[in-house]
Amino acid sequence: MHLDQIPILSVVTYIPIAGAIVLIFFFPKERTGAIQSFATVVAGLDFVASLPLWFAFDRGKAGYQFVERASWIPSLGVEYQFGIDGISLVLILLTTFIGFIAVYCSYTAIAERQKEYYVLLLLLQTFMIGTFCCLDFFLFYVFWEVMLVPMYFLIGVWGGERRLYAAIKFFLYTLAGSVLMLLGVIALYFYNTTGFLGYKGLGHPATFSIEKLTAVAAGMPVELQIWIFFALFFSFAIKVPMFPFHTWLPDAHTEAPTAGSVILAAILLKMGTYGFVRFSLPMFPEAIRTGWVIGLMVTLAIVGIIYGAMVTLVQKDMKKLVAYSSVSHLGFVMLGVFALNMAGLQGGILQMVNHGISTGALFLLVGIVYERRHTRMIAEYGGLARQMPIYATYFMVMALSSMGLPMLNGFVGEFAILQGAFAKSFWWAFSASTGIVLGAAYLLWLYQRVFFGEITNPANAKLPDLSLREQLTLAPLVVAAFWIGLYPKPFFEVLRVPSENIVRAVGGHTVTPPALAQERAMHAGSGR
Amino acid sequence: MRVKAAEWLLLSPELFLTAAGLLLLALASFFSKAKEEFLGFLSVLAVAVTAILLVFVAAQPAREKGPILAGTFVLDNFALFFKFLILLSIILTILASIRFVGAAPYPGGEYYSLLLFTGVGMLFMVSGSNLISIYVALELMALSSYILAGYFKAEIKSTEAALKYFILGAFSSGVLLYGLSLVYGFGGKMGLADLAKLYAGTERSNLIVLAILLVLAGLLFKIAAVPFHVWTPDVYEGSPTPVTAFFSVGPKLAAYAILARIFYVAFPKFHADWGLIVALVAAATMIWGNLAALLQANVKRMLAYSSIAHAGYALLGVLGFRTSFGLWGILVYLLAYTFMNFGAFAMVIFLETKGYAAESVSDFNGLAKRNMPAAVVMLLFLLSLAGIPPTAGFIGKYYLFTAAMKAGYAWLAVLAVLASAVSLFYYFRIAAAMFFSEAAGARLQSSYALTAAVLICAVGTLLVGLAPERILEVLRSCVPGGY
Repeated sequence: MHLDQIPILSVVTYIPIAGAIVLIFFFPKERTGAIQSFATVVAGLDFVASLPLWFAFDRGKAGYQFVERASWIPSLGVEYQFGIDGISLVLILLTTFIGFIAVYCSYTAIAERQKEYYVLLLLLQTFMIGTFCCLDFFLFYVFWEVMLVPMYFLIGVWGGERRLYAAIKFFLYTLAGSVLMLLGVIALYFYNTTGFLGYKGLGHPATFSIEKLTAVAAGMPVELQIWIFFALFFSFAIKVPMFPFHTWLPDAHTEAPTAGSVILAAILLKMGTYGFVRFSLPMFPEAIRTGWVIGLMVTLAIVGIIYGAMVTLVQKDMKKLVAYSSVSHLGFVMLGVFALNMAGLQGGILQMVNHGISTGALFLLVGIVYERRHTRMIAEYGGLARQMPIYATYFMVMALSSMGLPMLNGFVGEFAILQGAFAKSFWWAFSASTGIVLGAAYLLWLYQRVFFGEITNPANAKLPDLSLREQLTLAPLVVAAFWIGLYPKPFFEVLRVPSENIVRAVGGHTVTPPALAQERAMHAGSGR
Repeated sequence: MRVKAAEWLLLSPELFLTAAGLLLLALASFFSKAKEEFLGFLSVLAVAVTAILLVFVAAQPAREKGPILAGTFVLDNFALFFKFLILLSIILTILASIRFVGAAPYPGGEYYSLLLFTGVGMLFMVSGSNLISIYVALELMALSSYILAGYFKAEIKSTEAALKYFILGAFSSGVLLYGLSLVYGFGGKMGLADLAKLYAGTERSNLIVLAILLVLAGLLFKIAAVPFHVWTPDVYEGSPTPVTAFFSVGPKLAAYAILARIFYVAFPKFHADWGLIVALVAAATMIWGNLAALLQANVKRMLAYSSIAHAGYALLGVLGFRTSFGLWGILVYLLAYTFMNFGAFAMVIFLETKGYAAESVSDFNGLAKRNMPAAVVMLLFLLSLAGIPPTAGFIGKYYLFTAAMKAGYAWLAVLAVLASAVSLFYYFRIAAAMFFSEAAGARLQSSYALTAAVLICAVGTLLVGLAPERILEVLRSCVPGGY
């Protein structure tokens, strides 16, 4: 059977939920070993099922691929519509990849209520993949919101001491943002059909198709674009999280169990940036080109980078440190996205993946010592490199990847983002690069305090190094970090066409990064 | 006035239910307390037969269903929808009551027959197309409900609830009646269609506006909108829980039906006058209902405030009555609301083995460990009440927000979605108690009847959320012509 005939996106999306249902009904909760293995097999199977997407994807084709359409609620114009472009493709692969690792890393971390735990992880997996696959705004909203429920329970049941507070804060914050998105969607819907609030509608048949609404929205009067841009802005900005909407993040990330933090950082935050890329940019080009809007976005991004990094610097808790570093890193992504050129956008999207890999790995690593010592305070450690050399090596690689060392993934993304930002304004790039310096500072300082020197705390004297399973959860992330760092071309190829379309839609440069450098050289040469 | 034979047939559901209520009352004296369960099942049967009769009535050709009883009783699809929903709410109430009433030291026969009588009142209400017939039906419903509230007559709280309900209810009926008398005094008409015709040819006058506002106030009391809501928490808390569950659904459905009908049939011309007031009431209701619910430690009071908040959302549909989403939205929303709200109350009943046992949030502690399916189902209801997709509550709210946007009340829509987000906080206090706390007791077992009621609600909540298309189409056909 040819790939075209299989609804492959639906298969990838619903394998985890099918696994969860089997778990519920056929696995007694006492058989924890069987539950773990089964959940791992399901998540692994899902990853394998998602791989053909990468190979069968036509990189040169504009528009969405593997499109599936079915009738859902025709009386509202709602359709079940799945399809992906290069941007969703990399994010889906990231999700299935991280999803597998999240399941596999939980064997020892989660001791009680294991069946519920794996059921929730698998449910979450389905909702996340579904969000990236949706081509119908209504359906997107459904996945977007329902995703919060399993995450709420993951934090609330298996989290740290302040888990209840963190769980409800996470849920309320993100919900408050996303309900405004619903109104934005309704406004778009009416603009496309019968009009509202004095705006004459276009009289088209009712639809929530993202493709159609994007075309319609781009033609809206600029003040309406700005209104709807901000209706969507809150839901995305809270998810990202952009400064000053980030306060839920340190709580949720710190209190969540390791796998929860990994998924939050690696995938859930990407929902926000994905929203900006998929919706805000192509839908509201005129709003975004309005001076104060782009100014505000970039300012928030840069403040996020610097403020996030500075707060990270003073953290005493390793997990909190990694959590705050996300605020800074996601600021980079936002800067790249709002540079509105090819380099910035591609870099931003690639950096979404990179952040998923390196921050996900750092959360895993912190989780590993937490399991051994039940503390995350930096002051409790020191000299771990002697006792746990393998662990120290992995940590080094991922820390370097996170701070953007060449040859590793972070460098490629940050470089492209800075290139894009520089093309817009020297000061954007300049302010952002202070974030890189600070980033190196907090990670190296962390590394120094935790790994170097003598073992001062006797509790650390007998810590076992990584087990085989722990290494197996980390190794794929290291491989991915090197792959993107050394040979990012396949990623840029996948992202090129959709990025070009978006950049063209917002009226920016559509040249590829190397050409951009040439162009700038030409400008410089023509004597300014 | 001569009633034609065909009209008797069209009235058969109402007549049958009345007869069944009377018969039940008579039969009750032959049953000992231990065998009362049978009366419960008998009354379920009676309501089911009524529903079947209603199906036959609904199947009659449209022209024969025109206004009957001298134009005071209409059988349009709008009325039929509400009739079916009301019968459903009564069946659910009885199913949820059987074990509960059986355990209480009070005669059950009266209880069931009173429920049937409220049903009769509501069935007449939603068909009413004349202010007087609406009022009389409303009083039949209200009087029966006052007694139901005080059914636990030896309990202080129950008696207090009944008395409060009665006094405030009578007061609001007085306001309503005063409004009706002004309406009548102005034009000498009582039929809704006649009024619309009359107003079409007259200028706006302050007297009419005053009359309309008085009618509005009386009806807002029945749906428990702020500032006419103060009776709700006390009555909901004090009444026996199945009765509370019933109050939060049945009478509200009927009140919504007549509120919508009176305002879209008789008073649309004065929309400019009542629109802003309804908008402000809706805003106050959503804000206050949700904020007050945040502070409640008693689950029944919390759900009471939550149902106040929901009345506020539903008012958005009344405001948007001219848009294609307004009345359709009310129907969708009330259907969803019936399932989810009754479901949530049914879970309280499930925990409440005897008397007023399970009323604080902490009584839900560790429900996930005591009975996992029950906790999951309750979670479904809570998600639906908070409007999280893919549940019925989300679809319902979607319609109402859409109606508000379309009708030009964008500010109200913004307020509604934010209020809706806030509501998650108190709903999820129950979820947190169920899933995060240690168990507070042994494993819980449900009765078959209650399980059936909960399952009906759960299936409804999921079905409207996941595969609503068929249902939405049917409901669209229930929206009165021209809207």
